[in-house]
Amino acid sequence: MSDPAIEISDLEFGWSDDAPVLKIAAFEVGARERVFLKGASGSGKSTLLGLVSGVLSGFSGKVRVLDHDVSELSAGQRDKMRADRLGVIFQLFNLVPYLSVVQNVTLPLRFSAARRARVGGDVEAEARRLLARLGLEDEAVLSRRVSDLSVGQQQRVAAARALIGGPSLVIADEPTSALDSDARDKFIALLSDEVARTQAALLFVSHDGALASQFDRSVDLSTINAARAQS
Amino acid sequence: MMSVLSLAIRSLMNRRGSVLLTLLAIALSVALFLGVEKARMGARDGFSSTISSADLIVGAPTSEVNLLLYSVFRMGNATAEVNWPAYQKVAAREDVDWVVPISLGDSHKGYRVLGTTPDYLAHYQYGDDQPLEMTSGAWVGDLFDVVLGADVARALGYSLGEHVELSHGLGHDDFGHGHDDRHFEVSGILKPTGTPVDKTVHISLEAITALHVGWESGAKHPLADTITEEMIRDFDLTPRSVTAVFVGLRSPSMALGAQRAINTEMSEPLMAIIPGQALAQLWGVTEMAERALLAVSAFVIFVGLVSIMTNILAGLNERRREMSILRAVGAGPGHVFSLLVLEAGVIGFVGALLGIVLVYVALAVAGPMLAAQYGVSFGRPLPGWLDLGVLGVVTLASIIMGAVPAWMALRRSLADGLTVKL
Repeated sequence: MSDPAIEISDLEFGWSDDAPVLKIAAFEVGARERVFLKGASGSGKSTLLGLVSGVLSGFSGKVRVLDHDVSELSAGQRDKMRADRLGVIFQLFNLVPYLSVVQNVTLPLRFSAARRARVGGDVEAEARRLLARLGLEDEAVLSRRVSDLSVGQQQRVAAARALIGGPSLVIADEPTSALDSDARDKFIALLSDEVARTQAALLFVSHDGALASQFDRSVDLSTINAARAQS
Repeated sequence: MMSVLSLAIRSLMNRRGSVLLTLLAIALSVALFLGVEKARMGARDGFSSTISSADLIVGAPTSEVNLLLYSVFRMGNATAEVNWPAYQKVAAREDVDWVVPISLGDSHKGYRVLGTTPDYLAHYQYGDDQPLEMTSGAWVGDLFDVVLGADVARALGYSLGEHVELSHGLGHDDFGHGHDDRHFEVSGILKPTGTPVDKTVHISLEAITALHVGWESGAKHPLADTITEEMIRDFDLTPRSVTAVFVGLRSPSMALGAQRAINTEMSEPLMAIIPGQALAQLWGVTEMAERALLAVSAFVIFVGLVSIMTNILAGLNERRREMSILRAVGAGPGHVFSLLVLEAGVIGFVGALLGIVLVYVALAVAGPMLAAQYGVSFGRPLPGWLDLGVLGVVTLASIIMGAVPAWMALRRSLADGLTVKL
């Protein structure tokens, strides 16, 4: 069996000394596993994702991501790990407004030679291939400004960007909160298919518990975060 | 770095409205600075190249700068003259190779009339030792011949053989005491030189004397109009004095010795100046004003640079999410910092480049007009080290200015994490 994509133990993190925001004894996402993490607004979901992705630091305990102990990595190494092996999708306003659709998808390749190498030669063709798999192949749509795309289209572009270059772990932070139920289910299905195809693990975070059935496993953050239980 | 630079350029294109205004501010400030500097250098080059052949200029005692200004640049007037015997004594010195006496004091339609000898054409040189040349006709041959500078001929529309009336004093005919009865004929027109020669009406020294027949007392004699030009030709027209003398020495190394000898000559109070030294004095006088002007234009550039910082700072809050996206897809703090610094650098570089282009376009369009009007040449038509230096300094200063918002963005991106709640 492969090592877990995420392995957290005895994690404690707070913005100030007195009140921890996260206090997690154990949490794990297996390799190629699709995990749904449910959490109410303000429950510390985004903070947890910041720690897992190596953007935030200064915690106690152990956070292992893709065989790396995050606490032992320098800031530069954490950035490199994120650039090379992670894909991230946000809730809204996910795209860089001054880049075209294809340029948004290929954006991570600007910061990662490893990811660029995995794509091989034609990065634009790979971007178009991913967009097509996610249902975006109409040239009229691809040539629009990203701000002129519908929210559903924007999220699919963001998903293609997270998936390009074959990351080992995809993190999605409330990516469907602005979508209606049809678009939401379709988006999750597309994302799940692509993640399965690329054999990546998926950590999907949302406040909407109704989505849990579409994933391999569901975890409620409130049950594993002792800090919230104390407050 | 190239990929961050291309991001920076795309980001600037996305904010083209405000960026264009900032570019304009930088371009105009750089154009102002370079324009002032080129005008200053053009003026200096123009002055320096006006007379390149004379080792000494001799005149009546006055200030060195004044003698230089009125004799070479036709600015101001002589307060006294050099007596003819004194001129002859200077000309007869052993260390003197040639002399060109000049006599000023009259004008024609606002252009100075200069009386001189044929040696003027032979020895006067300007720029890189370029001699005077005729566009058409020949140098003064007859007592009432006149040779026009290029600007005079062009502005007044005179051609060879045309009759010209000269006036006494320096005003226009309408305001002077016109010698309406002294008709001169255009015998030649000089090629343009870019010096005050172009704005000068040249006649012989004897013609200056002829011009003043009947005016010996300073006022017009009642019978002056009865003296015809044919009668004048029979007069002894040897000048009583000249305004100044251009002197060429047998060797330039003799200049200091000859200058001292002439200045200490007790029998006739004279002043000899070395043109280069007098010019240096002139620059000493104008240096403070030049420095002040340069300081003001440099400050204008600084204001332009501050506008770069303001432009980026103003958009920083709106761009927090953009920074988070970049961080999420793998950009490190260095990338975020570089992005904003490069944006500032690109604005500074392009703005300065536009400013340089603007200056050269302006010089190409207005340069000939300014040269014709004021005799100020703006020098080389191609960009030089000064322009490259300004381009480099403005770009570097822009990058330094951009470091302030870049540092703020870096700090915020570290604090914001992956998600910004705006």
